[in-house]
Amino acid sequence: MLIQIKDLTKTYLRHDGAINAVDNLSLEIPKGSFVTITGPSGSGKTTLLLILGGLLKPTAGKMSCDNQELNLQKEEEMATFRSNHVGYVMQSFALIPYLTAVENITIALNVKGKNNSQLRALELLKWVGLEDRTSHYPKELSAGQQQRVAIARALANNPDLLLADEPTGNLDPKLSLEILEMLKDINQKQGTTVIMVTHSPMAAEYGNTKIQLDNGKINNL
Amino acid sequence: MRLTDLTLKELWHRKSQLTSGLLAITLGIGVIVGIRTISVVSEKAIAVNLDNLGANILVLPQAASVDNYYSADIDAPTFPESYVEKIVISTLPGVDNMSPKLTRRVNIGAYKIVLTGILPKSEIASKPIWQQGGLVGNQVIASCAPKPGSKPAKYLNPKLQRKGIDNLAMSDCFIGSAVAQKLSLKEQSKLTIEGKEFTIVKVLPETGTIDDDRVFANLHTVQALLGTGEQISAIEIMGCCSEISDGLLSKLRNVLPDTRITTISQIVSTQIETNRMMNRLSLVFLIIVLIVGGISIGNFMWANVNERKKEIGILRMIGYHKRHIYYLLVLKALIMGIIGGIAGFIFGTLVAVWLGPKFIGIEVSPIYMYLLLSIALSMLISVVGSIIPAYMAGKIEPFSNMQED
Repeated sequence: MLIQIKDLTKTYLRHDGAINAVDNLSLEIPKGSFVTITGPSGSGKTTLLLILGGLLKPTAGKMSCDNQELNLQKEEEMATFRSNHVGYVMQSFALIPYLTAVENITIALNVKGKNNSQLRALELLKWVGLEDRTSHYPKELSAGQQQRVAIARALANNPDLLLADEPTGNLDPKLSLEILEMLKDINQKQGTTVIMVTHSPMAAEYGNTKIQLDNGKINNL
Repeated sequence: MRLTDLTLKELWHRKSQLTSGLLAITLGIGVIVGIRTISVVSEKAIAVNLDNLGANILVLPQAASVDNYYSADIDAPTFPESYVEKIVISTLPGVDNMSPKLTRRVNIGAYKIVLTGILPKSEIASKPIWQQGGLVGNQVIASCAPKPGSKPAKYLNPKLQRKGIDNLAMSDCFIGSAVAQKLSLKEQSKLTIEGKEFTIVKVLPETGTIDDDRVFANLHTVQALLGTGEQISAIEIMGCCSEISDGLLSKLRNVLPDTRITTISQIVSTQIETNRMMNRLSLVFLIIVLIVGGISIGNFMWANVNERKKEIGILRMIGYHKRHIYYLLVLKALIMGIIGGIAGFIFGTLVAVWLGPKFIGIEVSPIYMYLLLSIALSMLISVVGSIIPAYMAGKIEPFSNMQED
């Protein structure tokens, strides 16, 4: 999926004035890219990722996917965009605590009303190496296993775009490497565009496009 | 995993919260069910009581005296027997049984007795027009009383005796206990009144009223004997107590404007007042439950939505629409409503069954129709109370799961 953003701005109003978390930013992300976004805290990395994932409305600017402009202000249109095209991997895993590993995946498949969702969820769990943990609740899984469930869920609907926000932030170096290799695999074998926000220089090296943000602007590409 | 399964899983996951959230609505519904159950059973008991008393409304000619309800018909002026048919044709609800009477004092030797002509139920039932009025088969039980075959409410007063007479042949009579004593008469003895011989088929038990001095014979025999033609001096009506409170007397006055219509006012008015009080009380509780229950459920759902901000954020993140979130919350409210309604019904019924005999001396049976009403009311309260929390849940941003606690 080719992603283009033009003059994108996100302004937060605070008591001490307005702050542009993303400041008049234009960018083109070719299909199949592995993009890493780095930068100091408050540089607008996560804000940019949220806008790219259709999770946050920008204050101004345009975004298009495969040359088709998205109406970023229409919540329900963006919800459909998210379920059809985007998978998310978060630092905090974002799993529902009272659902088992397999149920956390089928809940994502269900949003599109897919049949055989149980079978597909089991396949994905097998792919991430958790075929023996299907009935475990998140609290019964290690941090690395929870992140793998989150990756399996993100892949449930065969997304064109996988967004990862500090996916290794809560993991030790060994597990971090496992997860990064998994994302690389998804990018290379399935052709999924991956955009990852990270603080880790080692993780940033996985990107074939590396963006450095500072004060909402691209510092280095 | 469907949204319904997700809702059930979430309810089970937070079952202790669910229990406390349901407490107010269960108690509220329970109180209403308890009051209504006792009230309805009490009304039925009163109806049975009035039924046992016999007639409770008396239709007399305009000029009659009504100083004493039980002797008002004696030597009263007369009016046509066809007035009975006027009442039947009017099909007024609450008129469950009627008994036309003709009463005169007559001498038997040195003694004065009260001769009352009555129409036995067998004759009433055989009149086609009465059948049209829907009174046949319904004659002896007030419409608000339990149906034959159902477990009747027990009103613990064994002195109350039914006064209806099923069969009375043209030359048969019933006599009061005082008449039997004065004239030394027994069952199957012969009694001659105004030259006509009657067979005594029953000596009635002592009642302590003027009825002890009465001789009851077939109305048409008495009419012929007294030469009155098709005239009667009174119509006794067994009216349903709730209909009496709803203005049955004034409706009857409209049907028969040239008559005096009276009732056993002191009995009926007390019972009606009790029923009215119970009905008002249940209405007050209904309003309280609607308000308190709605606020309680709303408060619970509001807390639940705040607690689930991250979960809802996750669902929104993976593509669920606002309508799915509304569905989740409303479905949860409906399930809570069903559970609260069932629990409230059980609680209220148990309390009514336990308290009924202790406080008002009636045996209370569950009214199963209230189960459906309880569930419906509880669901309504739950859904109404959940509207604002569900609306707020729909406003939760899809990135809420990324926010720190």
